[in-house]
Amino acid sequence: MDKMKLSKRRIFYLTLIYAAVAFVTISCMVPIINLLATSFSSSQAIIENRVGLLPVEFTTKAYTFVLNNHEFWTAALISLKRVLIGVPVNVIMIVLVGYPLSKPDHVFPARKFYVAYMLIVMLFNGGLMPSYFIVAKTGLIDTVWALVLPGAVPIFSCIVLMNFFRGIPEELEESARLDGANQADILTKIYLPLSKPSLATVTLFSLVGHWNAWFDGLIYSNRTQNYPLQSYLQTLVTSTTEKLLTGDLNDLMKLLDVNDTNMKAAQIFISIIPLMMIYPFLQKYFTAGLTVGSVKG
Amino acid sequence: MKDVFHYLLLFGRNGMRLIAEKRNGKKRKKLRQDTLLFHLMLILPVVVLFIYNILPIPAGILMAFQNFQPGKGFFGSDFVGFKNFLRLAALPDTMPALVNTLIIAIWKIVGNLVMAVVFALMLNEIRLKWFKRTVQTITYLPYFLSWVILSGILIKFLSPGSTASSVGFMNTILMNLGMIKEPVYFLGTNETFRETMIISDIWKNFGYNSIVYLAALTGIDPTLYEAAAVDGAGRWKQTIHITLPGIAPFIALMTILSIGNVLNAGFDQIFNLYSPAVYETGDIIDTLVYRLGLVNKQYSLSAAVGLLKSVVSCILVLLGYKLADKYAGYRVW
Repeated sequence: MDKMKLSKRRIFYLTLIYAAVAFVTISCMVPIINLLATSFSSSQAIIENRVGLLPVEFTTKAYTFVLNNHEFWTAALISLKRVLIGVPVNVIMIVLVGYPLSKPDHVFPARKFYVAYMLIVMLFNGGLMPSYFIVAKTGLIDTVWALVLPGAVPIFSCIVLMNFFRGIPEELEESARLDGANQADILTKIYLPLSKPSLATVTLFSLVGHWNAWFDGLIYSNRTQNYPLQSYLQTLVTSTTEKLLTGDLNDLMKLLDVNDTNMKAAQIFISIIPLMMIYPFLQKYFTAGLTVGSVKG
Repeated sequence: MKDVFHYLLLFGRNGMRLIAEKRNGKKRKKLRQDTLLFHLMLILPVVVLFIYNILPIPAGILMAFQNFQPGKGFFGSDFVGFKNFLRLAALPDTMPALVNTLIIAIWKIVGNLVMAVVFALMLNEIRLKWFKRTVQTITYLPYFLSWVILSGILIKFLSPGSTASSVGFMNTILMNLGMIKEPVYFLGTNETFRETMIISDIWKNFGYNSIVYLAALTGIDPTLYEAAAVDGAGRWKQTIHITLPGIAPFIALMTILSIGNVLNAGFDQIFNLYSPAVYETGDIIDTLVYRLGLVNKQYSLSAAVGLLKSVVSCILVLLGYKLADKYAGYRVW
């Protein structure tokens, strides 16, 4: 069909479509590029409102400032810690839930009770205050576990993995059983190796979730030095800085000739770097995970 | 041999297992061992979920009917009956929060859906591989960034300018185009706040949301288009009569499943972008719950709002699942 000569009308419509798509795509990037340009521009240029899509009076002073900002790196370290603990916990829990629940009801008769239990968790939310007091009562405030345990079992990811397990032909399991494999062997030697794409998907879900989470860090930490990066950025972004920064940092800002705007911008972009590094994988596996999770045959 | 067929017919794929087990002569033992491992695997997640996701449910119900004081705990606090709910009804913030939630949430659901479908349809027309791929890479990006990051970006981008900060790029563009004379304070005025929330939410999500519809589009039988072309149907007619009916089930499913979000206007976004100046149009149930509970220390009042929201949301989600199962044959579990 592509070989056919395009009619004038068709060319007109295609041009329109390309233009519309290009416009939408550019509008996706403009705010982000504008802030990126701001982070590399001099304070003077920002105040005089001369920054558009390219840096004006290019400088990396704002980034130098961030390098010396201990609060930022303390928060980044907490984020790293929560990812290193939280993601493995999530993945283990997802397998622990996803595997048994992928079995048909007649193999695992108690399945329906567990499913009902998960459904209650999924449907009914205890609410902010009760959850807060439970976390407080169990002594997690100001620890990394407050950021890990309340969301330790991501039910949506369990469903994604469960559906993937269901698609694995049972014959594989039968033959392994004939060869004398037990259930543990079947899980670790057949199901898990075959589920690598799905495991990658749920791992990435969990990774992005932990990296981007900010609200739990905000409410479950009494002391700001226990904030993960996103919570630290949240207080930074929504405040008028001066109050927030300690005396030393204010001096540093003056010394480096960095202003509020490019200082914030630089911290925002540094915090995005880890996500950008895994973005190709995100694109690949989030797409796959979404279609696996939502559109079942 | 007859035996084998009998089992296959009766039990389908599991017939094979039964045959194997019968041959090995330890069917019962095997089954029991199977489920024991399953129970063992589920213990840990069930316990963690019980503490952090199930316990807050009765705790919340208790709190809503108490005058909860942290010092006295869930069992020592005084019961006050429906007093919290009555106070809530009298609170001037309640009604606006409910109305704002519904308006913002419903517009977001509709806007996200329409934009995702339209975008998927347009992308489907694009044949240049590199162009399509670049567009997808760029438009999926905002989805992966948190609302904290995007708020940092938007607050600057939409700024009307003040003594402390310069005019945002959005206002600069609009003024240069002559569309406005004075900078607009998108995030600070009641006339523009809701619109800004709805549009920026669509901006964050439309690319990623379009994936489902793109996948659905590839599932449409290409011979349908060829047949239609032979019959003289142009591209526009093909879109109306083949493409749209082809993805209609997915549109219906996504709409049904989003019913449960009618009370979720997007806490992450609004909490990071609103200010007291726009409480009138921007305060939603979730931000009210936060302010009542963690700012004003009205724990029981906050729990009461949370309980009401949770009950209604739960009913709506179940309704969505029910409809999805009935009309689209879709089951979550």
